[in-house]
Amino acid sequence: MTILVIAEHDNKVLAPATLNTVAAAAKIGGDIHVLVAGQGAGAVAEAAAKVAGVSKVLLADNAAYAHQLPENVAPLVAELGAGYSHILAAATSNGKNILPRVAAQLDVDQISEIISVESADTFKRPIYAGNAIATVQSTAAVKVITVRATGFDPVAAEGGSAAVETVSAAHDAGISSFVGEELAKSDRPELTAAKIVVSGGRGMQNGDNFKHLYALADKLGAAVGASRAAVDAGFVPNDMQVGQTGKIVAPQLYIAVGISGAIQHLAGMKDSKVIVAINKDEEAPIFQVADYGLVADLFEAVPELEKLV
Amino acid sequence: MKVLVAIKRVVDYNVKVRVKADHSSVDLANVKMSMNPFCEIAVEEAVRLKEKGVATEIVVVSVGPSTAQEQLRTALALGADRAILVESAEDLTSLAVAKLFKAVVDKEQPQLVILGKQAIDSDNNQTGQMLAALSGYGQGTFASKVEISGDTVAVTREVDGGAQTVSLKLPAIVTTDLRLNEPRYASLPNIMKAKKKPLEVLTPDALGVSTASTNKTVKVEAPAARSAGIKVKSVAELVEKLKNEAKVI
Repeated sequence: MTILVIAEHDNKVLAPATLNTVAAAAKIGGDIHVLVAGQGAGAVAEAAAKVAGVSKVLLADNAAYAHQLPENVAPLVAELGAGYSHILAAATSNGKNILPRVAAQLDVDQISEIISVESADTFKRPIYAGNAIATVQSTAAVKVITVRATGFDPVAAEGGSAAVETVSAAHDAGISSFVGEELAKSDRPELTAAKIVVSGGRGMQNGDNFKHLYALADKLGAAVGASRAAVDAGFVPNDMQVGQTGKIVAPQLYIAVGISGAIQHLAGMKDSKVIVAINKDEEAPIFQVADYGLVADLFEAVPELEKLV
Repeated sequence: MKVLVAIKRVVDYNVKVRVKADHSSVDLANVKMSMNPFCEIAVEEAVRLKEKGVATEIVVVSVGPSTAQEQLRTALALGADRAILVESAEDLTSLAVAKLFKAVVDKEQPQLVILGKQAIDSDNNQTGQMLAALSGYGQGTFASKVEISGDTVAVTREVDGGAQTVSLKLPAIVTTDLRLNEPRYASLPNIMKAKKKPLEVLTPDALGVSTASTNKTVKVEAPAARSAGIKVKSVAELVEKLKNEAKVI
């Protein structure tokens, strides 16, 4: 068995989610190859070659792959991946965008967002917003799988010494082009990789009040997240949303502030090790999953918490 | 231009589902079913394109049991012109559904196909991308803005770090994210009118599509329950617990 892992990167840096994906590949067992498709992504390939457990890195460097357009990257992955037993990608927005296109081109069903490897052909994944866990078996010749990063502890980024091989295949479907992007800037840790996450909901009342959470987060070295209600109300940008339709996090500590705890929000954070809820409504569903609940006005509790930690 | 919208009948998003005792699946008997929330957004976007004069006809299609006609009627009440149900009693995989949609796309030749980004039951997030692959069209997934100009569509997509805009040649596939629009409600007169709109029923066999699957669900379990937590009385007690008991700060 040989497994192809699609590297998650921005042409400069190998994203941490790749390390979790390699960890899932290691659980399946077999040789692990990593594909870096991008433009000017040599440094990413070198970083991938150092990842523990990786035996070969394939570098496809071409302008067509610069922005991870699925119309161009999917044919490349399908062509290279046809000879592998498994193709894995992190369940990031890129992985989710590209991999189903690959699966359809290979005429196999995909398994999305696995959280555990039972055997080389059997995997567990959450369904119904995490309210049920399905065990799924695949008989496909090539098993196409996205990996939920929080389900697997990352492998070491150093220690490997794989060879980097250049792939010349260039696919440019010519039906899509990159126009531009607007990336949110933040000095805080990345939400999906942070050890501590502080999230605010509708109870924050407005965007300005999130400054209380930022202050607390900075003291804790935490990332700041939000519920859909806070995003829809325009308090904070979309990419901060935690939940079924936003990001899935599983930090050591998750502090939910002014969040009621709807099913869709819990889907994104209930695998956190310790959950703290601060809410003035003692009937709020969030208290049913919280390890420590504090019924209090967040505008008094959060500043006090910031002082004490 | 003609717009095709794919919708799915799913368990209502407010229902907390329970796993069956025999671990075969979740229990959907006597549970409220609705149109998948992302599909509502897809229908709304198509209706807005029609109101702007961009779309001329909206065809709404669903793959599912005969009861999915209810959701198709809802879409017709919201402004779709006609509906197609590909009737299948069994639970199909995303690839099988994408193949059925591809057959409908071949038949209807729409310029734009809009789907939701994921169904809240299977949480797969695959069908739109697979349909794009099978039809050879470009894909604008997780769309928060869709603008058509001439023979291209500009799609602003929600990506992990923010937003990205791509331009796709038409025909193209778009999948909706939550922030694309705010779906409207169907008015009573429109619900009545929708009953008279055409609804065609097809079968996978009639479309010549095999729905065989390489995936098999072996077991469905309830997730591990979290042990009951405690309520603390003060911020000071909370900090003490986090430091000394949970040891997370």
